[in-house]
Amino acid sequence: MTDQPTTRAADPQELRSRARRAVAEQPFRTHTVLSSLLSVQDELGWLPPEALAEVAGALGASENDVWGVASFYPNFRFSEPPEHVVEVCWGPTCHVLGAQALLQGALAQLGLENEGATPDNAIGLKLNTCLGVCPHGPAMSFDHALAGHMTPDASAGRIAALRGGA
Amino acid sequence: MTAAYEQLRARADAAWAALNAKPWVRVGTGLMGEAVGALDVLDAFRAEIAAKGLDATVSEVGTSGLCYAEPLVDLQVPGGPRALYANVTPEQVALLVERHVAGGDAASELALASVDCDVPGVPRREELPMMRQQVRIALRNAGEIDPGDLDQYVARGGFAGLDKALGMERAEVVEEVKASGLRGRGGAAFPTGVKWGFLAGNPSPVKYILCNCEEGDPGAFNDKAILESDPFTLLEGCIIAGYATGSSNGIVFIRHGHDAPIDRTRAAIDACYANGLLGQNILGSDFSFDIEVSLVGESYVAGEETALMEAIEGKRSMPRFRPPFPAAYGVWGKPSNINNIKTIAYIPEIVRNGAEWFASIGTEKSKGTAIACLSGHITYGGLVEVPFGLTMRELVEELGGGAPDGRRVKFLQTGGPLGGLLAGDQLDMVLDFDEMAGAGAMFGSGGLIVCNDETSAVDMTRVLLAFDQLESCGKCFPCRLGMSHILEVLERACAGASHPDDLALMERVGANMRAGSLCGHGQLGYNPVSSALRAFAEEFDAQMRGEGPIPIGRFVGPAHARRGAQIEGDTPTAQVKGDFIYAIEPAQAEQAAAR
Repeated sequence: MTDQPTTRAADPQELRSRARRAVAEQPFRTHTVLSSLLSVQDELGWLPPEALAEVAGALGASENDVWGVASFYPNFRFSEPPEHVVEVCWGPTCHVLGAQALLQGALAQLGLENEGATPDNAIGLKLNTCLGVCPHGPAMSFDHALAGHMTPDASAGRIAALRGGA
Repeated sequence: MTAAYEQLRARADAAWAALNAKPWVRVGTGLMGEAVGALDVLDAFRAEIAAKGLDATVSEVGTSGLCYAEPLVDLQVPGGPRALYANVTPEQVALLVERHVAGGDAASELALASVDCDVPGVPRREELPMMRQQVRIALRNAGEIDPGDLDQYVARGGFAGLDKALGMERAEVVEEVKASGLRGRGGAAFPTGVKWGFLAGNPSPVKYILCNCEEGDPGAFNDKAILESDPFTLLEGCIIAGYATGSSNGIVFIRHGHDAPIDRTRAAIDACYANGLLGQNILGSDFSFDIEVSLVGESYVAGEETALMEAIEGKRSMPRFRPPFPAAYGVWGKPSNINNIKTIAYIPEIVRNGAEWFASIGTEKSKGTAIACLSGHITYGGLVEVPFGLTMRELVEELGGGAPDGRRVKFLQTGGPLGGLLAGDQLDMVLDFDEMAGAGAMFGSGGLIVCNDETSAVDMTRVLLAFDQLESCGKCFPCRLGMSHILEVLERACAGASHPDDLALMERVGANMRAGSLCGHGQLGYNPVSSALRAFAEEFDAQMRGEGPIPIGRFVGPAHARRGAQIEGDTPTAQVKGDFIYAIEPAQAEQAAAR
């Protein structure tokens, strides 16, 4: 393992053309900087500099303004996403039902101090302000599949399974 | 009745009859179901029914609100019983198919409740503790129909309200909504009809109806539940609002990230366009209206009405100065009207059944029903729709079944992360906008987080402030820095290492936030602290001295403060403290004197 995330050597030309297509074919009637960025993020999983330039070009905005919007919303990423994403809900419901044990267990298992990704970029951990399934708390999600009534043991098993399949 | 609606209704009734002529399996999916494995149960039903060669319909429906019973399956056979089965596992599916779907008889030892029929030894649905006092208007179709099937919505009376509205004068519709007493469900409780009147009076040819489904409140899930269980009711409400106010466009505003609510809403919009319910000349009338979905990135403040308009325009979701108010200058500079999705969801039934009917439900000044989201330390967690006038105690102890494991309810966290803590001895408070506001409590978006006597009020307050601080948009510095500062003080309290004047310090910062912030986020930011202090002053005092009665574990929060209030090292507000709003803390004063 190195300190640098392993990149999947994305070809800048390809990123640019995929971003362009995502902007042009976005599922919104009204195209804005934000709607375009969301579409690119959905397509690529992150916002490479090429994509920000594409959005600026398509919308007639400055790259600076596009960065301004992109950096405001924390769901946008500016580096390649990890292979797998584990989310832990820390909303007040999940908090009183034991979210900290899940979070701290997952951090220890992944060797992380806080939100972020393992050095090989295989598994990323994210805190979510509310996964929206409060009656089933404490909740987590594994590669965007929701899981309710989690226990530290169940979480450890799911994370190990992601590791195994990575 | 317009000819176009008559046609739609005839087709829907035929489809409904055909649907009910076969066994019908309804599995509650969407976010709620997905979290507890409902998709596996759905797959198992599809596989088992195919393997047995049965002619039955398997539908995905939204959440019925009985979340504690999920995965919830609703089985119905023609000429036979209809029953609900709780916490169904894929392993039980073969038995349920054999006994109920193929055999035509309820598996009574597994059934949670019967629906519209009697099954010996099984309670009727309306006898369940969680259902007994419910009056379902906005949630009337939740869990009952396939949210993607327009015919099912129409067969249950859908679009009858729109059809009726189109036969009325626009002003009559506004008057009807005024007379119903409906008040906004987004938190401010402003009379909806009055608000519509502001927009109706504006002669601009382009006007917007915005439906706010942002729902960033942790602990609230009713907006998402309506979107994924019954998106047509929201669209019908928006179209009626558009007609009444003479608007041209509707925008449904949802947070990016949850797929099921977004996908189901988009599919419903497409179905409306395909059936003459949106677009040009709706139901053959001279009224034309368009609706589109607008998504926003993660931002709590985007739920504030002017920040929402900024986000729709593709910018950072930061609040605008008011005036001008949205009814004069809203999205894209056009007159706009923002309604919460829950408010809008009542509109079709109000128009269909009349203002008098709606006004007969609820209390003197809070008409209709409230949708509450029960979670936390509660036996029956989920979504309930009850008439205003019930007490919090009834809501929590009767519908919710109280705290499990024989524990006592210590407090409720209500009104979202800017709301407060409602102590156990305040549970006799009546569900009513004005009574609650008068007592300093908020109903807000309807989130009710039940906390038992093992929960630390100090720890809970810290979590709320951690959220509020993270979600400050950063535009107004009293909020941006004040939230960080209060959080830091609460961190000290949780660690039992408070400074002697910490309470006074928080109060000062809170007062500055209230006075110096553009929107409710900063204005209400001190609310959680003040309400917690009101009810749990002694616990705070002990905790701040390091003698807290309830142990507080280590807390790991989000890595970074967002949007300008980066916490690197020590006091985030250290640089500005001495300069203007904040008092210098004693330790720093000493250092300064030594220099």
